[in-house]
Amino acid sequence: MTTPLAAQPVLRLQNLTRVHGSGATEVHALRGIDLDVHPGELVAVMGPSGSGKSTLLTIAGGLDAPTSGQVIVEGTDITTAGLKELAALRRRSIGYVFQDYNLIPALTAAENVSLPRELDGMSARKARVEALAALEEMGLGHLADRFPDEMSGGQQQRVAIARALVGDRRLVLADEPTGALDSETGESVLALLRSRCDAGAAGVLVTHEPRFAAWADRVVFLRDGAIVDQTVRSEADSLLTGRVADA
Amino acid sequence: MSIRHGLLALLEHGPRYGSQLRTEFESRTGATWPLNVGQVYTTLGRLERDGLVGQSGEDGAGHALYAITDAGRAELRTWFEKPVDRTSPARDELAIKLAMAVGAPGVDIRAVIQSQRRHTVKAMQDYTRLKAQALAALEDTASRERDDVAWLLVLEQLIFQTEAEARWLDHCESRLIRLSATAVAPAPSDTASASAAVEPGHGPGAPHAPGAGAGGGGEAGGSGGRRGARAGGRGR
Repeated sequence: MTTPLAAQPVLRLQNLTRVHGSGATEVHALRGIDLDVHPGELVAVMGPSGSGKSTLLTIAGGLDAPTSGQVIVEGTDITTAGLKELAALRRRSIGYVFQDYNLIPALTAAENVSLPRELDGMSARKARVEALAALEEMGLGHLADRFPDEMSGGQQQRVAIARALVGDRRLVLADEPTGALDSETGESVLALLRSRCDAGAAGVLVTHEPRFAAWADRVVFLRDGAIVDQTVRSEADSLLTGRVADA
Repeated sequence: MSIRHGLLALLEHGPRYGSQLRTEFESRTGATWPLNVGQVYTTLGRLERDGLVGQSGEDGAGHALYAITDAGRAELRTWFEKPVDRTSPARDELAIKLAMAVGAPGVDIRAVIQSQRRHTVKAMQDYTRLKAQALAALEDTASRERDDVAWLLVLEQLIFQTEAEARWLDHCESRLIRLSATAVAPAPSDTASASAAVEPGHGPGAPHAPGAGAGGGGEAGGSGGRRGARAGGRGR
């Protein structure tokens, strides 16, 4: 391949299928999904419940295995990786953001963010410095020493995004990250996710809220386990052009 | 109408000339509803006829200035106080299109819905990008420019409106699936098309659009009662 490195997707799903059960109770959760997510790109996956959104995300993150097809993260096919290799990939390359934040209650924000790095063998001190820098960069420095129960939902979720992207990780998989938040707070979480992608991360956002999906570069529509349609970001700001010119 | 009251609102800040009003109207609303100078002068003419504005000389460059009258101020107050009428909705092309698509021969209503959904979500993406820019601009300049705030409100209105449309489209799709699943049940001869309608795996992009076909079939077949009830329930 002559594709330059920068143009390589951070995440590539190829002909992904997932079948639950067998025989009469067989359910095709995913049917031949192809999806590339590039650095700097935020892709939203929309679809009614049962369309396969969450299955897609758990398989993309190596939490579930596909029935067939490939999941390539940073050039490595995680479907053929050994357990140890998969665990390392999950630690080093993939960040998750869940609806219910999943911060560890006994740890401060900074400790939550530095945890994955410490698990990866980094010294506690170095990991803390890195975590503080990450929180600072995302405008969350003031939360560093707070425990999850001392933060609002929106603050916890922003810390969770910082944790997902600390270190070299640049793939963030977010499953309904705004599900438990009011709309204004949800917006601020999306704004942070958007800015991390603008800074070079690749993001996949599963949501059923069109207003949050609208923060993405691309919106993929899932129906019955297949991608039926998607929007493409307009190159020219075709909309409201008068204003954009002087913005 | 809104241009009329928009101009009155701008004139309340002091006398203005025509193209100045046009510029101010557009910068307040982000050029979302562009005005041409002709419209501005036509509207000013009518406002003058109705005694709501009056000519008040010229500025240094020889532009004819218009000023709001007391009657104009009273009209403007009333406009701000009275809600905008929503009881006689403007014709909505999309609602009419979907109404016509129900049971229309050869029309895949789910494809119609999906192509609109793509378009609407795309518009939301564009508005959201503009909104992110507008928010960043407001954060950069500590001063809250009146026009920037107004533009943000207009943009957010566009986002809420497109969001409502996207949600409504989602609702239409699931409504049609549910109706086509139940409507055909009493008529055994229709069972084949009924099961096709709820068969998963046929996305809206599928060429043979079972949802539309079966929905139409159900209506033509033994569901006259349901249809009658629905028409009656609508009440106009």
